[in-house]
Amino acid sequence: MNFQIPIGPQHPALKEPISLRMTVDGEVIVDADIRLGYNHRGLEKLAEEKTWLQNIYLTERICGICSHSHATCYVQGVEKLMELAPPRRGLYIRYLVSELERVHSHLLWLGVAGHEAGFDSFFMYTWRDREIVMDLLEMISGNRVHYAINTLGGVRRDIDEGQKAKILEGVATLRKRSEYYFHIGANEPSFVARIAGVGLLSKEDAIALCAVGPVARASGVARDVRKEDPCAVYDELDFELCTADSCDVLGRVVVRVKELLQSYNLIEQMVKGLPDGDIVVKAPRKAKPGEVVSRYEAPRGENIHYIKANGSDKPERLKVRAPTLGNYPATVLMLRKGFIADIPLIFAAIDPCICCAERTVTLVGARNGEESVVRMDDLRRQALARAKNAPVKGNAVWPF
Amino acid sequence: MAVLRTFLYLLVYPGLLFLFVYSTFCEWFDRKVYARLQNRMGPTHTGRFGLLQPIADFVKLLAKEDVVPDAADKGLFRVLPAVGLAVVATAGLLLPVWNFDLGVPGWTSFPGDIIVMLYLLSLPTLILFLAAWSSTNLFSTIGGARVLTMLFGYEVPLFLAVLSPAILAGSWRLAEIAAFYQQKPLLLLANLLGFIVALIAVQAKLERTPFDIPHAETEIVGGTFTEYSGKKLALFRLTFDIEMVVASGLLAAVFLGGFPGGAVVGFVHFVVKTLFVIFLLSLIRALTGRIRIDQVVSFAWKILAPLAVLQLLATILLKGFLS
Repeated sequence: MNFQIPIGPQHPALKEPISLRMTVDGEVIVDADIRLGYNHRGLEKLAEEKTWLQNIYLTERICGICSHSHATCYVQGVEKLMELAPPRRGLYIRYLVSELERVHSHLLWLGVAGHEAGFDSFFMYTWRDREIVMDLLEMISGNRVHYAINTLGGVRRDIDEGQKAKILEGVATLRKRSEYYFHIGANEPSFVARIAGVGLLSKEDAIALCAVGPVARASGVARDVRKEDPCAVYDELDFELCTADSCDVLGRVVVRVKELLQSYNLIEQMVKGLPDGDIVVKAPRKAKPGEVVSRYEAPRGENIHYIKANGSDKPERLKVRAPTLGNYPATVLMLRKGFIADIPLIFAAIDPCICCAERTVTLVGARNGEESVVRMDDLRRQALARAKNAPVKGNAVWPF
Repeated sequence: MAVLRTFLYLLVYPGLLFLFVYSTFCEWFDRKVYARLQNRMGPTHTGRFGLLQPIADFVKLLAKEDVVPDAADKGLFRVLPAVGLAVVATAGLLLPVWNFDLGVPGWTSFPGDIIVMLYLLSLPTLILFLAAWSSTNLFSTIGGARVLTMLFGYEVPLFLAVLSPAILAGSWRLAEIAAFYQQKPLLLLANLLGFIVALIAVQAKLERTPFDIPHAETEIVGGTFTEYSGKKLALFRLTFDIEMVVASGLLAAVFLGGFPGGAVVGFVHFVVKTLFVIFLLSLIRALTGRIRIDQVVSFAWKILAPLAVLQLLATILLKGFLS
């Protein structure tokens, strides 16, 4: 007997609203359907109304976890448009924050994966240690989530010797703990039994469906913007590209933990080799007409910003391709033929950041299920017309 | 006077009131151990060391709005929480801690009470299934199917494991089994394997990690309890707490030498031994992740059941050797 179970838009496994409609036969998933549009905020349109500088803080708010990724991706593009060359010290600090953010994001994800698999102890421990890197970020930038360290032509805050020592100390602790979590994640029998062989995505499928980030790397696709298009500082630093060939959720755990260890290396190299000099150069108010595509390796995968300038102090168009959006097609494939129990794990394994990937709102009629895409003013007109004809509602009565 | 005593026995000690207080204490103990193993504080705020937290939770749930879904089978939906509580509380009366005379079997301790106890501990599972089915929610239905699937996995190993010490003792009466092992404590070691099997099966019966599959929140929301709220949910939670006390009491009576030494010393034995069993259960809960339903069934039949049979064989051989 086939029936549909609604995972979302509100569901304990989902931290943000998205609807996964699963057609299941007993415990086995026959088909999966992903529906977006519960959290669309119109940020791309809003970016056209704001100046180049204001947009840094807007793009930072695209995501609550990889906030620095979006801001950096945007800043990279605008600097190219303005033909700015940020000083080396500024770049080192910028990508130091990038790597710290990757550490925080991957630790967060490890905890979430543990929680989705019902392994709450793992969740508690990784999140406890995530506090270390959150404190480091707060020490460097003054903020825990939206660091606001980027500016056009460099960064806004410098770091001193005391902060350097604290970063190195924190990273040393984290490295020791992460090695232990690597051991647990790859060896605890009840956890491995849940993630090994689950959510298979072959290398061919990963390439055909344009999977990005750790999902692609866990399927053996060696793809990382930091390696293949080394921007700014990454060509001077020594790190490995982490891949796995098991093509399942276990592989995605392994890839992320290996990346954690690589990030610790990168952080130590950047802190120790921090060049002297200024941290920022002055940026012009306007950018020359032109367009640019900026790529950046966010914790979740390749982040792409397309920016078009028309010579004014505002962008004409900003298009964001968040990594989560790139992984949705592969997710549908991974979910098929799995068990109901695997849904949260497979979906969490792409490390979804749902509101980053929202681009439109589709209206679905509650009674007839008809779908339509409408403009905002049409929607407003419909709402007004409906409110006009609707009977006056009584006040809510307290149930006593 | 006899009537009054019976009422006191049923309602105060060791009946409902005592079971309520002690089971909330055990829930606190379980939560505290679980939290400390996870590097958290656990309940601290209500009462000293947070001791009153489970009671506060219970009272709060009692005061919450109680919703019965329109599509549910209302009679069944309403009556099942009370039936579940009654069943496990009845099972609690059969524990050989209180009021039994080894020479004279009474209505709380009689030959065959171990079987009645196991039967009464099986009933809550069926009640959970019925509760899930009668609430007609999609997630509940899946949860109910999972409850029954799991039952077929762990029930046989549990029965085999619990009955083998009884075979060695040559009695079907809990008090006599306990007395047998009090005289020959070394024989308890012969049942160690059975104890481990029974411990895992009890963990599955209580639906705790790694067997919390019927109400796995990240998969099927509340599972069995999705539609339950307010008083009914409070009763179900109390049912699970009391079931935990009774099941650990059963394991203590059969595998840990029972509760010798009269009212006071016997009671201390009861508290220490049940808390020890609950500690082991919390340990399992903290150290594992949730497994899948098909993995439970294959684990139960490929590993637990053969181990239980092995224990049974060893017991029979040992009995032949001893006599």
